[in-house]
Amino acid sequence: MSDIDLVEWGITLFWILAKIVMIILPLVLAVAYATYAERKLIGYMQMRVGPNRVGPKGWLQPIADTVKLIMKEIVLPQGASKVLFIIAPILFIGPSFAAWAVVPFDAGLVLADINLGLLYILAMTSIGVYGVIIAGWASNSKYAFLGAMRSAAQIVSYELAMGFALVGVLMCAQSTNLGDIVMAQSGGIHQWYWIPLFPLLVVYWISGVAETNRAPFDMAEGESEIVAGFHVEYGGMAFSLFFLAEYANMILVSFLTAIMFFGGWLSPFEGMGVLDEITSWIPGTLWLLIKASVFLFMLFWLRATFPRFRYDQIMRLGWKIFIPVTLVWLPVVAIGIKLGFWPFT
Amino acid sequence: MNKKLKQFLNSFLLIELLKGLAVTGRHMFSRKVTIQYPEEKTPQSPRFRGLHALRSYPNGEERCIACKLCEAVCPAAAITIEAGVRESDGSRRTTKYEIDLFKCIFCGFCEESCPVDSIVETRVFDYHFEEQGAQIMTKEKLLEIGLLHEEQLAKDIESDAKYR
Repeated sequence: MSDIDLVEWGITLFWILAKIVMIILPLVLAVAYATYAERKLIGYMQMRVGPNRVGPKGWLQPIADTVKLIMKEIVLPQGASKVLFIIAPILFIGPSFAAWAVVPFDAGLVLADINLGLLYILAMTSIGVYGVIIAGWASNSKYAFLGAMRSAAQIVSYELAMGFALVGVLMCAQSTNLGDIVMAQSGGIHQWYWIPLFPLLVVYWISGVAETNRAPFDMAEGESEIVAGFHVEYGGMAFSLFFLAEYANMILVSFLTAIMFFGGWLSPFEGMGVLDEITSWIPGTLWLLIKASVFLFMLFWLRATFPRFRYDQIMRLGWKIFIPVTLVWLPVVAIGIKLGFWPFT
Repeated sequence: MNKKLKQFLNSFLLIELLKGLAVTGRHMFSRKVTIQYPEEKTPQSPRFRGLHALRSYPNGEERCIACKLCEAVCPAAAITIEAGVRESDGSRRTTKYEIDLFKCIFCGFCEESCPVDSIVETRVFDYHFEEQGAQIMTKEKLLEIGLLHEEQLAKDIESDAKYR
């Protein structure tokens, strides 16, 4: 390898690292403030005011929380498998960050523009379950273990429904590249996939909530039964990695819903004449952020509203309702596409 | 059959869930009921039973006559009294009057039983102890609290007098 090649290689590497930092840093900040938003919103919905002591209106609360978590000691439980105990949070957070590599923030604004983007995301969200299982196993605690088992079973079951729901998107877009999926939805709000694929959207969204172990599907951390689930023995930074990953996953699911079913970075006013012209200055990234925030808000809203499911009900919902619904809707979509009538054209 | 179908549609089309979401959605914009504690406080009754105090007469003479009724009535046996003759004027007074706040259940019986309105419970509820043994309220401490809150205490007892 000549010197020039080496320099070029170095520059490429630098740019990739720079891009990673440009995704991860805002993501971590978003996670911090998602916790704040969650506490505020749930507080409001319960007629409380939420955190409002640290800084003006409580804006510095996430910073205080972070500092607290960093300062805390990481306790290694007696009889825990030391190596696995340390590795588990890393295994959990790694995939949840890695999945962001293929998320397109605007036309061409994506870290890795790979053709199997959708498959990659499904793979990454599934790998996270290893972190959960290992965390539960390595903790040497019955609660952690039970939580891990529940969590794993739940993630695996809902993965199926989720995958099926996304097959509908694939059929419509004829591509697994996330950028192409968004571009296939261009041409106005009626071209977005949420209309023809509405049942799949609902299935995908609820599966996404279940997949991220969020309320009302947070069986893994049913406080009344198994304390905090698989991360019950974790504290300090190790716990905050799990926490970070969970919220990163939530934000990811919100982004994916916006990308798959709501036209990603496309403006909702596309092809509407005057409205389109007035709003044409708004960058696509902002539209994507707005759409994703709506879904993130929905996640908090769900948590504030619904009580936790019973475990067998979760399994029933996943296997006996969602999978049949998607299995019925997929042929409908297929026939629609083949016959070429609206909105499948 | 019809009922079953209706139930099925209600749950399958997420109608009940959407209703639930509407409720929380409405509450998001409703008035918040939180009381910002150190700045705001909930209203208290004149009969509020907080930290204890021993009252004194305006001339500085302590009210307590060591009748030991409070000690007798205390269901938690939190009050310890020893009586004796005061050197200066030979009157019967307490030489020791202690309330163990860890034992006290704040029932207010001591206040009820007191014939001279000496032992009372103030409106103070936010206090803490910083070392072991500090939970034992000695006579000196109780008298001091009484002096500190005399105005409020007199007013509360006055307002409650017609119901006794």
